[in-house]
Amino acid sequence: MATYTLTTPLTSEDTKKLVAGDTVLLNGTIYTARDAAHKRLVDLIEAGEALPFDLEGSVIYFVGPTPPKPGDPIGSAGPTTSYRMDSYSPTMLKHGSKGMIGKGKRNEAVKDACVEYDGIYFGATGGAGALLGKQIRSAEVIAYPELGPEAVRKITVEDFPVTVVNDTKGNDIYQMGRSQYEVKS
Amino acid sequence: MREIEFDVIVKAVKDMIMHCGTDLPQDTYDALEAAMEAEKSPVSKEVIRQILENANIAKDEKRPLCQDTGLAVFFVNVGEDVRIKGGLLRDAINQGTEEGYTEGYLRASTCEPFSRLNLKDTVGYNLPAIIHFDIVSGDKIDIEYAAKGGGSENVSRAKVFPPAAGKDGIVEYVKEVISDAGGNPCPPITVGVGIGGTFEKAVISSKHALFRDLETKHEDPEMAELEERILTEINNLGIGAMGMGGTKTALAVHIESNPCHIASLPVSVNVQCHSSRHTHITI
Repeated sequence: MATYTLTTPLTSEDTKKLVAGDTVLLNGTIYTARDAAHKRLVDLIEAGEALPFDLEGSVIYFVGPTPPKPGDPIGSAGPTTSYRMDSYSPTMLKHGSKGMIGKGKRNEAVKDACVEYDGIYFGATGGAGALLGKQIRSAEVIAYPELGPEAVRKITVEDFPVTVVNDTKGNDIYQMGRSQYEVKS
Repeated sequence: MREIEFDVIVKAVKDMIMHCGTDLPQDTYDALEAAMEAEKSPVSKEVIRQILENANIAKDEKRPLCQDTGLAVFFVNVGEDVRIKGGLLRDAINQGTEEGYTEGYLRASTCEPFSRLNLKDTVGYNLPAIIHFDIVSGDKIDIEYAAKGGGSENVSRAKVFPPAAGKDGIVEYVKEVISDAGGNPCPPITVGVGIGGTFEKAVISSKHALFRDLETKHEDPEMAELEERILTEINNLGIGAMGMGGTKTALAVHIESNPCHIASLPVSVNVQCHSSRHTHITI
């Protein structure tokens, strides 16, 4: 299992070398979106309208941060459970997004879309919000401020630690890891 | 009749919430350290190391442990010989919740079920709190608090079995719930199992079981043995920390058992993520 340092926007060249289980330190701009924001973004795509940011090569972080303390760009910011975005992610990948950061397993449609569109599903450590929030250097709400923690934020990250869960070959670290340690009764 | 000032309750609740938001309880920290030592998978071991590092950062810098700072859940035992001076106990708990979540820079996660709009500007910041009251003897008020996150709540389930299901049926059911959940509830988890009572009694018991300190065993040896059996079965699933594969999927299994109807065997499984933020105070 290798460790890579990557900078967004990601290209197919970046994503195709990654294998489930690899560690990646992400740098650059990423965008935050949860359930409510995904619904609005996918509605815009289906209506053929412009999005609040460029999807090409983008990495979407499934997170709803705590409010920042005075002087901080953002509060604690760990991943939320990803399956709630399963119905939206294939559309995002089809339209140019290359990566997602969350926690927990994805459905077959998302894994298939990762293979078809050179996408990667990254896992960050759930419940490590203080540690992960410190790797975020700047944050700015760029859409849907009325959604509060669920608003779309443009954030800049430095060496943000993630693990490749689903790669472009259809591998899944959750299935691989579990089968290795399962004790059959 | 003993009187307790409304503001004393407000401050006690606020302090519990702010403390729990940033300081992982010692029993949880100790259980995670032991899990890291015992974990056989290097990937899961590294995940638990990150979880502990996160706890250290959160405590030192007073940052929330997790961005999901939960819904505020309380179990409140009110002595029959005590009254609140200056307002209602429920209002004091809600006010303390709002002040704690606001001043602690904790996230307001409460929303209306269908519009999904946050209720902070209408009902109050992360209000209403979820409060379970009980009346007990004495002149004190005991308040147990936990910050309950959404990811682990989402995988929780309940079912009423026929009595013939017995212990084996319960063990299989808990295994099924945890197996289906995989890494979603942020393992290493704590599992609260409510047995017996009525449907809702089992569910509330499974929630309350999560408030027990992690290192404690059930006082009834038969239930303690069942807790141990379920814990072993869960860890044999191989899910590991954050679902990465490993030998420590759960830190503890806690059972609360109640008498039930001759026709029923209700079982509820409430899951708690590794960030088990719980505390209590007696006033």
